[in-house]
Amino acid sequence: MEVEKLVNKTIKIAIASGKGGTGKTLIATSMFYAIQENFKNSVLVDCDAEEPNSVLFFKANLQRSVEVVQKVPVIDTDKCTFCGKCHDYCAYNAIFIIPPSRIIKVIEELCHGCGACSVACEYDAITEKDMEVGRVNVFVSNEGFNIIEARMKNGVMTPVPVIKAAHKYTVDKQVVIMDSPPGTSCPFIQTVVEADYVILVTEPTPFGLSDLKQSVNTLKTMNKNYGVIINRAGLGDKKIFDYLKSEDIDLLAEIPFDKEIAVLYSNGNIVAAHNDKIKILFANLFESILERYGNSSN
Amino acid sequence: MEIAVISGKGGTGKSSVTAAFTSLLKNVVLVDCDVDAANLYILFEPEIDEKTSFVGAQKAEIDYNNCTNCGICMDYCRFDAIKIENGKIAINEIFCDGCQLCSRICPEKAITMINNDESLLLSGNFRYGKMVYGRLAPGEENSGKLVNIVREKARKIAEQNNSKVILIDGPPGIGCPVISTVTGVDHVVVVTEPSLSGMHDLIRTVEMTENFNLKTWVIINKFDLNREMSEKIFEFCNLKSIQILAKLPYHEQVVEAMVNCKSISEWEPDSDFTKIFEDAIDKVINS
Repeated sequence: MEVEKLVNKTIKIAIASGKGGTGKTLIATSMFYAIQENFKNSVLVDCDAEEPNSVLFFKANLQRSVEVVQKVPVIDTDKCTFCGKCHDYCAYNAIFIIPPSRIIKVIEELCHGCGACSVACEYDAITEKDMEVGRVNVFVSNEGFNIIEARMKNGVMTPVPVIKAAHKYTVDKQVVIMDSPPGTSCPFIQTVVEADYVILVTEPTPFGLSDLKQSVNTLKTMNKNYGVIINRAGLGDKKIFDYLKSEDIDLLAEIPFDKEIAVLYSNGNIVAAHNDKIKILFANLFESILERYGNSSN
Repeated sequence: MEIAVISGKGGTGKSSVTAAFTSLLKNVVLVDCDVDAANLYILFEPEIDEKTSFVGAQKAEIDYNNCTNCGICMDYCRFDAIKIENGKIAINEIFCDGCQLCSRICPEKAITMINNDESLLLSGNFRYGKMVYGRLAPGEENSGKLVNIVREKARKIAEQNNSKVILIDGPPGIGCPVISTVTGVDHVVVVTEPSLSGMHDLIRTVEMTENFNLKTWVIINKFDLNREMSEKIFEFCNLKSIQILAKLPYHEQVVEAMVNCKSISEWEPDSDFTKIFEDAIDKVINS
């Protein structure tokens, strides 16, 4: 494929999987590495904000770290009449109130920062303060590429605000590769909603198949384009191949189970940097996805 | 006694470990709290006798007969879920958090909240006792709430059946579904693997269990794949005074067992590998 034809195309690709540990990060880091020669304006975004570890694979320096905050209410008990309207408005049970005892408390971990309680209060007793929910860390690799990391603060309930904030650092990039959190609930959705194309990574086992089906069903409701990479091919059984065929889903690649790959990865190496076959596989795969699903930037 | 098996990083072998423990225990209540990727039902094929749908988050919906396009809802929404599309106010279901504020402040009462009740709570008998699990509808939020409902049901069943042990298979990560999974349990078993990412995620997971003052054990799976990294994990656990519950070697039969819908302790009941699980579960139960 001629790379020149692709210079005017932009794309955001999310690497995701229902089941954890199928090889998302291996593939995201390897694909990001494999395209660096031809696509200088690329960024890797680690959206697995509960357990972000993509950056561990690169020699990279932290350039800046930005706090991500959420609003939480502060109740002035001198002004509060304990009417309970804020409690009624709260859809998250984050306000605890016992009117006869004049007790009212905000359970900050449950608060989503929607602001409904402030609107509800007729006595001007609620103000808001910022609460840290995580950070967006911007790294620069030795090769000069940006790696963005969404990192939820430990103890916070949801990584969603941090993931949303991380997306804002990808504007002006031609290529965005996102390492998605596992599962199919809100953290996954907030990641893939930004993607032009989703690569689902799975393994040929009954667990892998069951979780793949759930991911596919979710992406269908979102009208996303997607394809599947089977990792650790050769282990397990053949049912996953039958499923892909019957659903007419693109099988993008099979990565054979290989102890050498497992050891490389476990030591924190980018597999594509040490294995030319993998590097070429991902460079070619990326270019074919960009050609088919990329957006024209002109 | 409630025992939760978790792991920060996914795919370290949580469910295989839980399955091995399950078939070594008798009269257990097995709970799958990985509600957006529940897997244990595949191995244990429970006969479902109760199925309840669960109301997850609500979503806002606009009645265009009453909407005047005033845009007040847009000003109040903090989730960027309301935008003007083709000259009309439109709600983005994916971004809507279900806070209800738009429906409360709309001067025309043109916004209503719609229940999403496709998520399921399932329970029934299986070959080692009772099983309870949740299944989140595709793209549904509020997995923490579903985990709470699943655990409540499990406690009720345990009481009715005089089951001494509730064994919970948890989701990956350290966010709300995990916190809901471990809150109030007697033991947490963290399954990890000897890799740089496994180590990183273990540290974050232990930080979380420490915050909640939970009795924590660690199992290192495939410890022989990278002995140097395993050593580092031992050192970390030592420093934190966390007991290593088991060291599992890489074992090809684990995948074979899964493909045949058996736990490893059913697949090879007399093997040395199964013996490791027997010792481990005894240690937890008798501690």
